[in-house]
Amino acid sequence: METLDHSEEITALESQEYFINMGPQHPSTHGVLRLVLTLDGEIIRKVEPHLGFIHRSIEKMCEKDAYTQIVHLTDRMDYLSCHMNNEAVCLAVEQGLEVEIPDRVKVIRTLISELTRISSHTLWWGVMGMDLGAITTFLYGFRDREMITDIFEETCGARLTMNYNVPGGLMDDIHPNFQNRVKAFLEHFKKKLPEYDKLLSNNVIFQERTKGIGILSKEDAISYGVTGPAGRASGFSCDVRKKHPYSAYDQVDFKEILDETGDCYARYKVRIQEMWESMNIIEQLIDNIPEGDFKAPTKAVIKLPKGEYYQRVETARGEFGVYIISDGKKSPYRLKFRSPGFSNLSALDHMARGSKIADMVAIMSTLDLVIPDIDR
Amino acid sequence: MEFSIYDFSTLTNSIHEGLSNSFSPTWVMIIEMSLVGLAFLGLFAVLGVTLVYAERKVSAVIQQRMGPMRVGKWGLLQTIADVIKLVLKEPLMNRQADKLLFGIAPFIIIIASFLAVAAVPFAKGLHALDFDIGILYVSAVSSIGVIGILLAGWSSNNKYSLIGAMRSGAQIVSYELSVGLSLLTIVVLSGSLQFSEIIESQANGWWIFKGHIPAFIAFVVFLIAGTAETNRGPFDLAEAESELTAGFHTEYSGIKFAFFFLAEFANMFIICAIGATVFLGGWMPLHIGDLAGFNAIMDFIPPIVWFGMKVTFLIFLMMWFRWTFPRLRIDQLLKLEWKYLLPINLVNILLMAFIGLMGWHF
Repeated sequence: METLDHSEEITALESQEYFINMGPQHPSTHGVLRLVLTLDGEIIRKVEPHLGFIHRSIEKMCEKDAYTQIVHLTDRMDYLSCHMNNEAVCLAVEQGLEVEIPDRVKVIRTLISELTRISSHTLWWGVMGMDLGAITTFLYGFRDREMITDIFEETCGARLTMNYNVPGGLMDDIHPNFQNRVKAFLEHFKKKLPEYDKLLSNNVIFQERTKGIGILSKEDAISYGVTGPAGRASGFSCDVRKKHPYSAYDQVDFKEILDETGDCYARYKVRIQEMWESMNIIEQLIDNIPEGDFKAPTKAVIKLPKGEYYQRVETARGEFGVYIISDGKKSPYRLKFRSPGFSNLSALDHMARGSKIADMVAIMSTLDLVIPDIDR
Repeated sequence: MEFSIYDFSTLTNSIHEGLSNSFSPTWVMIIEMSLVGLAFLGLFAVLGVTLVYAERKVSAVIQQRMGPMRVGKWGLLQTIADVIKLVLKEPLMNRQADKLLFGIAPFIIIIASFLAVAAVPFAKGLHALDFDIGILYVSAVSSIGVIGILLAGWSSNNKYSLIGAMRSGAQIVSYELSVGLSLLTIVVLSGSLQFSEIIESQANGWWIFKGHIPAFIAFVVFLIAGTAETNRGPFDLAEAESELTAGFHTEYSGIKFAFFFLAEFANMFIICAIGATVFLGGWMPLHIGDLAGFNAIMDFIPPIVWFGMKVTFLIFLMMWFRWTFPRLRIDQLLKLEWKYLLPINLVNILLMAFIGLMGWHF
């Protein structure tokens, strides 16, 4: 029998790779991130993030601003964890000034940080559901977030970019209603958080879409510098609140949420658990706000002594670092931010290769990217 | 007949006789066809507006908000305002698009819906066509729509559209099987493909109750596959907003986009109408055994209202799905069909044939 030679036909059937521009205007990049995907059918071969669409040269602007002004710029980076960003700058400046911060300030900063974390995670939860096609989660997430932003509005007048911190303490004291409203929110949210599980976490389709998708091993998480919930879901113990306690985190008892799987579902679970843990922290502190001043006395024009200062905090996305080099003037000689989003994004290509476009959306969503944080 | 006052065939017959007296048979046919066409145009316009409004309000209730409230009382005029906006909007076209195919794609989709709706029995004697192969006809013409989707995706010259169209092609071709087989499960019992006969066979009880568990399984499979066939969430992969921006109709705007939009809602209505007809007795009232009093009250409700209620219920179910579930991935979607629904369906139809053969159904 004659043997047929199929080799020519096979080359003719070979698929061709093509690329697709995801963004800068795309519903699931949540900002102006441009990803150039190299695709084979629906399977992703390569992801190339192109940055710079929302670059505002914040680091350069900081070099001519006073330290009190720098705090304002950090709001515009990761707008969902603005309070933590502010706190990082303030802590770095306070470190240089060697001022003693009142205990009241420490506790209030911690409280607002944790509230910010919950509000960021509720928004992430809503958007995550929306990315996977369940639009209802978006409105559920925003419903609960609304209560927190209301508390912020009452506390400092702003809902999103709060600027509540100033070097040396806080802008103003908390509102007399603060404690009651936070307690009311906790009571409300404790009932609503199980609802999140009912609607999304326990859904079969959701679990199918996230389990085993975008696996990031612990080694890779460390080598890419993936921090925050995304890193902890891979088993990388990187909670700055635990490792290098700042503000009042050494006074409270809380767990660092860790998971070993490193897939999308693990990252999802870690964030949900973190919301419970944040509520735990708030509960411990809300009735124990010490009396005292809301601000340590500082000079009107802050001049840091010559030297280098580094301060890191745990934002809702991971480790946020501020590195200040001062030459003794009223603005820093050089200032560098270590933003969690940038490092987390760098792992995207590694995680997304070989998966489908729909998985790509899930992976991006669980990394919880905030684009202004990446571009700065 | 029990509910002859609600029988539309007397009305249609009198119109037919009246026309026959004054016109030649050819003209009668032409006039009747245009009347039916106008009626369906009106129906589609009303359907589009009400279903879009209903979807907005249902989603609003599920999402704990109010939905449109500003335009008109309770936002009733919102969809009409949207229609005006869509009609007045400039239809843009990609310069590299295949102009002919790009232009006809929306029409193919809307024509498929028009053809399918012709076979829907709205009430006793109120249907445009009553084929003896009604179910076959509906499943045949409703799958023409996928050609429109494929053409739209191909001719747009947009990679997102193409991916969406390809997904849609794979999806509809697969789920067509389940829809057909689940309908056949009932055809085994009713012994006819004609819609009017299927409805008559349910005079003493709907098939979903009479057909034991297999009928219920077939109904569930039909609902899942029907949702998939109309490209609605959780199976809206062809549009997949968060992945493909708007999938196959990314490049469309204005009235052409409105056609896609209308066709989606019309298809939803058709699938629900077919489901209501085959499984839930169409316009047949609900009868419980020998409760004569109860049955008489049920008979008092006009058949068209019964039909409307059943369709509304099914449409509500489909909206509920859409606003609750996340979207499946394309491989999971195909796995669900070929590995689960199709085998279940095949076993189910055998089981039903056996039940029918033994005469175990009521």
